[in-house]
Amino acid sequence: MEYVLIIIGAVFVNNIVLAQFLGVCPFLGVSGKVSTSVGMSGAVMFVLVIATMVTWLIQNYILNPFGLGFLQTITFILVIASLVQMVEIILKKISPPLYQALGIFLPLITTNCAVLGVAILTIQKDFSLMEGVVFAVGNSIGFGLAMILFSGIREHLELMEVPKGMAGVPAALIVGGILALAFMGFTGLA
Amino acid sequence: MNSIVQNLTKGLIKENPVFVLLLGLCPTLGVTTSAINGLGMGLATTFVLMMSNMSISMVKNFIPDKVRIPAFIVIIASFVTVVDLLMQGYLQALHGQLGLFIPLIVVNCIVLGRAEAFASKNNIFDSIIDGLGMGLGFSLALTILGGIREILGSGAIFGIPLHIFPVDDKGNPITMIVFVLAPGAFIVLGYLIAITKKINSK
Repeated sequence: MEYVLIIIGAVFVNNIVLAQFLGVCPFLGVSGKVSTSVGMSGAVMFVLVIATMVTWLIQNYILNPFGLGFLQTITFILVIASLVQMVEIILKKISPPLYQALGIFLPLITTNCAVLGVAILTIQKDFSLMEGVVFAVGNSIGFGLAMILFSGIREHLELMEVPKGMAGVPAALIVGGILALAFMGFTGLA
Repeated sequence: MNSIVQNLTKGLIKENPVFVLLLGLCPTLGVTTSAINGLGMGLATTFVLMMSNMSISMVKNFIPDKVRIPAFIVIIASFVTVVDLLMQGYLQALHGQLGLFIPLIVVNCIVLGRAEAFASKNNIFDSIIDGLGMGLGFSLALTILGGIREILGSGAIFGIPLHIFPVDDKGNPITMIVFVLAPGAFIVLGYLIAITKKINSK
């Protein structure tokens, strides 16, 4: 039950993009087409879950016992950067089709603040390893949901007549605002 | 002399990191619930930008090309940790407000972007000026965004009430609360980008 609550909270109530503003860059940058945003969401889910697990273990078994909490930011970003590289190499070797699908999105994920953000939030919320993983899964579903909804709307927006000054990013941002407004309706769920 | 002024001012409007280059949008949207928060975040980022630009342009000749990105990230992360600890010590209230977004300066594309595009090719002095200019542009954008959201959403600016909204029975102003919430951030930024586009196209 507890896990269900964490997932619902992460997907709908505190949606990572629309309520917490993490991962806005890919949300605006690669959401032009539904197919690319599906690929990006898949890659983010992959890295986010692994990164949360690894950073949790490092925080609780290396940083905390030795009193190195102040190194958190440096360690986490290095872990995430090398993890992304590693995932890329492994995928290339064992699953070329998956690599083909996710490949171009993987390097972009290092600078996706959703990954570092969720890793730090998991530590701040004092989650156990299992709760942390569930939280990461929930957040990546939330990211995927926002991303795919938004790209679907943007595909239609391309065909609409928008006032010249608002075309492109400004209109997309206002659509994002309306989407965020819709997600605020879920606030009562938690 | 001209190039110094140019380096310093290009970030303000012409190459404004937020309104024109669309970099660093996560903290831009996340922390700008008031003008003070926006300014605080902007200045913290400016400090990191200046220091990392300076260090990177100092060590640029010693870093092998292949590992330069990880090396840049470590330098940036160190300065972010410095800012994080300093703010925790001296500006506790602001640190609490900005919360998660302070460590997230590490993954702010502006910082790594300037390191890669400017500091790794130019001398120390120019790099510091570039960092300062870009940082001030970022601060300006965040303060404007925060100010507009604060005026519309809380009826105040820098915490000073403006009395522009009608009041209810208890004397509290009836404001457009949606602007301090998440949707307001997207909508105000959308309009500000459209306005900047208009100004720059002239």
